Amino acid sequence: MIGVKARNRISTFFKYFVLIVVGFIMVYPLLWMVSATFKSNNEIFSGIGLIPQNPTLDGYRNAMNDYGGDINLLRSMLNTYSYVIPKVIFTILSSAITAYGFGRFDFKGKRILFAVMLSTLFLPQVVLNVPQYLLYNTFGWVDSPWYLALIIPTLFAVDTYFVFMLVQFMRGIPKELDEAAQIDGCNTFQTLVKVIAPMLKPALVSCALFQFMWSSNDFMGPLLYVNTPAKYPAAIFVKLSMDADNGFAWNRVLAISLISIIPSLIVFFAAQNQFIEGISAGSVKG
Amino acid sequence: MTPSAPKGALKKRSGLSRFFRNNMGLVYILPWLIGFLIFKLYPFASSLVYSFSNFHLFKGITEWGVMNYVEAFTSKKITTALLTTIKYSIFTVPLKLVAALFIAYILNFKIKGVNFFRTAYYIPSILGGSVAIAVLWKALFRDEGLINGLLAMFGVQGPSWLSNPDYALFIICILRIWQFGSAMVIFLAALKGVPTELYEAATIDGAGKWRQFRSITLPMITPVVFYNLITQLVQAFQEFNGPYIITQGGPRNSTTLISLLVYNFGFKQNEFGMASALSWIMFIIVMVFTILAFVSQKYWVYYGDEEGK
Repeated sequence: MIGVKARNRISTFFKYFVLIVVGFIMVYPLLWMVSATFKSNNEIFSGIGLIPQNPTLDGYRNAMNDYGGDINLLRSMLNTYSYVIPKVIFTILSSAITAYGFGRFDFKGKRILFAVMLSTLFLPQVVLNVPQYLLYNTFGWVDSPWYLALIIPTLFAVDTYFVFMLVQFMRGIPKELDEAAQIDGCNTFQTLVKVIAPMLKPALVSCALFQFMWSSNDFMGPLLYVNTPAKYPAAIFVKLSMDADNGFAWNRVLAISLISIIPSLIVFFAAQNQFIEGISAGSVKG
Repeated sequence: MTPSAPKGALKKRSGLSRFFRNNMGLVYILPWLIGFLIFKLYPFASSLVYSFSNFHLFKGITEWGVMNYVEAFTSKKITTALLTTIKYSIFTVPLKLVAALFIAYILNFKIKGVNFFRTAYYIPSILGGSVAIAVLWKALFRDEGLINGLLAMFGVQGPSWLSNPDYALFIICILRIWQFGSAMVIFLAALKGVPTELYEAATIDGAGKWRQFRSITLPMITPVVFYNLITQLVQAFQEFNGPYIITQGGPRNSTTLISLLVYNFGFKQNEFGMASALSWIMFIIVMVFTILAFVSQKYWVYYGDEEGK
């Protein structure tokens, strides 16, 4: 019979072994993607190694060339962030205000409205697409140069996941703070701005980060509401470049893809702890 | 208040302001409420109405009835897409949750470099929804892609993953399962919340690790399992980017999920009535699964406090 110590050592070894092997499988495609962008097109599919035999910047050089037409990679990325950033700001503002209303006040019908808001979390977007398209078309938002169809709804806290997350966070902020502020003469709005918002900051940052990622990744939205090539965001441009180059210039397509997610990668690595705290906090206490 | 205001107006206004003072919360949720009515409830209701018409973007409505639903359940293409969607969800969601729970369970032991591992496992979730990763997936599973290159090292001739109807859906599933990191992070937080006294007591009673997992860990985190199950189900049923970008629904419609059909009918063929009907069928399927999960929770979800939820 093996001793407890030896058994612990075996089980520890086994844990690290699993973590490393599975982790390697998870990350290897991404590493391969990075290395492929430095390979020649002949080399990409000739082996599975990561080190390019004849490193070349052709992929990147070609990625910077456009395909003719009004759009290129950098321009499409600028387009992406020209609606992602307003979306992030508006989402935070509208979600925080709504969460404040639900989290700190009593009013008639609050329970029902809160339940309604939660239920929209489970409402598939696909069901709404056709009438939303018609509605936005009536408003003149479809293919608007200002991406109105993508931006305006976020002024109205439509992504209720964030409202839910903020309400959960707000429960942890003592109500005595609100009362103290009100005794000091703050009205409810000043209380929100001066007391609640600073306490809520970590949660607000999480919301901003997730909205940034989701909006940058969003493909369906621009597919429906952006039809002018000069206004295409990166998501559409990457798809089009793949269609155009399919089968011959993979280093270029992969370089374009990689460049398009560099801002997301930077944001992720700069703020990974907020991502992880945000996603845990929104769900566990519920 | 202007001094010249008539008395009635003054009274009315103070009544209104009293209403707002007592219902200040309503004022704050007003943005959401307006957005809900315009951008959610109205589209939701009108898509149901459209689903009973032959609404075409340019031809308008000339006929009302259940013909879209009849066609949906008699057309081979659509019933196949419904089955494919269900198959996709039933395959990906459990595997994703099992992978997430398994890795979270290991990470919950005092692992050195837990943050490093957590980040590595989490990255695919953050990037996985992007077009860039879908493009990568296509490169990985090409005939001479990374995966077949790997198989060739073991002397195996890999199949044409993306042009073989038997495998294509599987590749789309893998893309989603690969993104188990966010569910894992949620499980990890829940596992950290399980009181250690319970494990100590169980160890004294002589319960092994597997027994502890089954009798303590799993029951204690069932609310989070439930949460992950529901959110993943709702997401899986709506999957669009993967099949649209990687396989365009092919080969031979083997990866045509219902969301692709909604898009094709609605935004390629401008048949809004048919697209609405399909989206409602999908909605009802999601609802059925969600309700089943909610009903079943009293048999397997354990809430710490007495009152249940």
